[in-house]
Amino acid sequence: MSDTSSATAELTLPKDLAAANGMVNVQIDGVWHQFPKGTRMIEACRKVGTIVPHYCYHPKLSSPGNCRMCLVQMGMPPRSAPGQQPQRDENGYEPIGWMPRPVIACANTVSENMGIRTSGELVEKCREGVMEFLLINHPLDCPICDQAGECRLQEHSVEHGRGASRFVDMKVKKPKNVEIGPRIRLDDERCIMCSRCIRFMDEVAGDPVLGFTQRGTHTTLTVHPGRLLDSNYSLNTADICPVGALTSNDFRFQMRVWFLKETPTIDVNCGTGTNITVWARGNTIHRITPRQNDEVNSTWMPDSHRLNFHYIDGEARFTEPLSKVDAQHQAVSWTDALKTAAAKLKAVSPGQIAIIASGRMTNEELYLTKSLAAQIGSPHLSLVPRFAEPDALLIAADRNPNTTGAKLVLETEDPFAKLDSIREGVRSGQIKALIVLGEDLVTDAGFHFSDLANLDFLVQTQILANPTALAADLVLPAAAFAEKRGSMVNLSGRLQRLNRAVEMPGQARDDWEILRELIIALSGENNDIHLIEDVFKAMAEAVPPFSGLTLSKIGHQGTQVLETGYRIPLLANERAAKAAGRING
Amino acid sequence: MAVIKLQRPKLNFGEKIYFGALIKGFILTMTHAVKSLLGKSASADSMASSGLGVTMQFPEQRWDEHLPEYYRGAPALVTDEQGRERCVSCQLCEFICPPKAIKIIPSEIPSDDPWAKVEKRPKEFDIDMIRCIYCGMCEEVCPEQAIFLRKDYLITGLKRADMVHDKKRLYEIGGVRTGLVNKWNELK
Repeated sequence: MSDTSSATAELTLPKDLAAANGMVNVQIDGVWHQFPKGTRMIEACRKVGTIVPHYCYHPKLSSPGNCRMCLVQMGMPPRSAPGQQPQRDENGYEPIGWMPRPVIACANTVSENMGIRTSGELVEKCREGVMEFLLINHPLDCPICDQAGECRLQEHSVEHGRGASRFVDMKVKKPKNVEIGPRIRLDDERCIMCSRCIRFMDEVAGDPVLGFTQRGTHTTLTVHPGRLLDSNYSLNTADICPVGALTSNDFRFQMRVWFLKETPTIDVNCGTGTNITVWARGNTIHRITPRQNDEVNSTWMPDSHRLNFHYIDGEARFTEPLSKVDAQHQAVSWTDALKTAAAKLKAVSPGQIAIIASGRMTNEELYLTKSLAAQIGSPHLSLVPRFAEPDALLIAADRNPNTTGAKLVLETEDPFAKLDSIREGVRSGQIKALIVLGEDLVTDAGFHFSDLANLDFLVQTQILANPTALAADLVLPAAAFAEKRGSMVNLSGRLQRLNRAVEMPGQARDDWEILRELIIALSGENNDIHLIEDVFKAMAEAVPPFSGLTLSKIGHQGTQVLETGYRIPLLANERAAKAAGRING
Repeated sequence: MAVIKLQRPKLNFGEKIYFGALIKGFILTMTHAVKSLLGKSASADSMASSGLGVTMQFPEQRWDEHLPEYYRGAPALVTDEQGRERCVSCQLCEFICPPKAIKIIPSEIPSDDPWAKVEKRPKEFDIDMIRCIYCGMCEEVCPEQAIFLRKDYLITGLKRADMVHDKKRLYEIGGVRTGLVNKWNELK
């Protein structure tokens, strides 16, 4: 651009080039970048890889700008005198007149020819000062604080703090260890008044029960008199709390976070398919937190789904195949169990065998279930519907996580259609053998326990003890959602991936392996499916929306494979807030 | 790095036949042998020897009083003057321990406990003394002055299970330690 003559300079100035695309030029730490108009300064810095330290700012919440940690130095071109042409350097940028005072990066937007300095003496002094103020009354709780290890105050204190305290006065005492809700514990001394939790409960959860009382140093976070923080989204406040003021009762004192291994996977409690991170140490899951996916769950998840993992290492888990001998279940080896299953199933005519699968199974498992049905030659294959009240945010009415995937893989519009006819068949004695995959017929599928006595042979794959297992001739221990790999399609048509966070207990096996072994045992010949990837490959060839995909291509954020028209209510709220300019992310 | 070439020392005839050195060494050995029989060997008194040289008749004789201040023996947990168990199970020692000898299961202090404000204490605290390498990192990392390496060095057992010190045993070895920072007291 330096070679442009003055006659054409007007058209090729960087400001005009940027404006043509609705962008503005911003200099960050000496380098010019272009950003869309209206971008917050903090987001602009994040985009170019400079993280401005902050506490109160959250991209999914409004920006009150009350923590003052994100102070940066800002500059604009000096206003030229009337009639005077602005000066420009050889690249066409105007010189930046740096402001003597810092500004907050979270609530200010970028503008043309703006300069931002995220380092330098002024900014560093400001950060040090803010850190010192925040630490005046902060208790020395780190050894007993669950947030230690993922605490912004700790991190910024190391990076931007001054190392030693200059204050000799007594610290202000505030309520500690307050139970403000059934799942959340509040420690007011640790609170740094960022108000993220207050804004979350107000703007996202729609239950504004939190607020500040008192003033100045005595500002105290508290819950509205007579109310509790009992929203089904309350644990998200513990996630976004930058310090240990709000902590989870469930995770309280379970394990320090630095021991935990993070596994990105998805939630299986409803059709939304919330993206989650499973935090495990060794073979024990200690907590589950939401993982950001702006097409599914933003950065939130409901408490009821988050806490539904304790059964995985519970007492009720099956750990070895059980075979019923003289009305008594006995542990048998997998080889014997599969041999028994094949022999018993072959003794019944194909039309008298039914398979009841589960909407909680992955696409790969459903695909093998279909192959199993084809191998047997049985037309009776159904899933168990599971519907309940939805909430207006993330919990869908369909509590099966993979109904959409089942429709695709089983090539049917209503995968639950045949359940009633199978139930009638069992009652009338037309169906002699039943293969139940991951479902409990008595509690969920409308069977009576006495119905199951009509069957000649009942085999169940399951993870937990249940009434159906009591009646089953053969119980095969399977894997829980955090123990297996596979893929599911959520209600809005997004193909997402499950990953293995922990190993299966005892002799339990991956569901797809059990199905493969059953098929092999029934057909008597080997197939060339050895890995879950092989199953996906075979499935991708058979199911058009999956063509060209592999398990690894799905990615941690999932891949949209079809448009179902289903809208996740929380995302609709979030997009409205973004369109209105209330939030940034 | 500079290369320095060394010259072999030139030996004279007496040194070359090494017989002289052999005799020299023999004389030195015999001198010490005679001295030890007469009870005159160096540090025989201070090491409380049995009279025959500097040999100490373990286990009847111990050199416990010779252990230096900085001696690193078995790690142990301590209580303070008020009888409070100082460990809050922050698990930093478990994290830092190079041979992974420490295993802690944290728990909450019930609200009726006089030290309920501390909120957290170990439910189980096991140190596997077969694994422990006595490096002292646990003591160094402890933010609560709760774990110390004591002078106990005779850690024996007949079974592997005997070699795992549980919380009770650790407090037995550690005992009470005074003069520490009591940050959990009401006023300091």
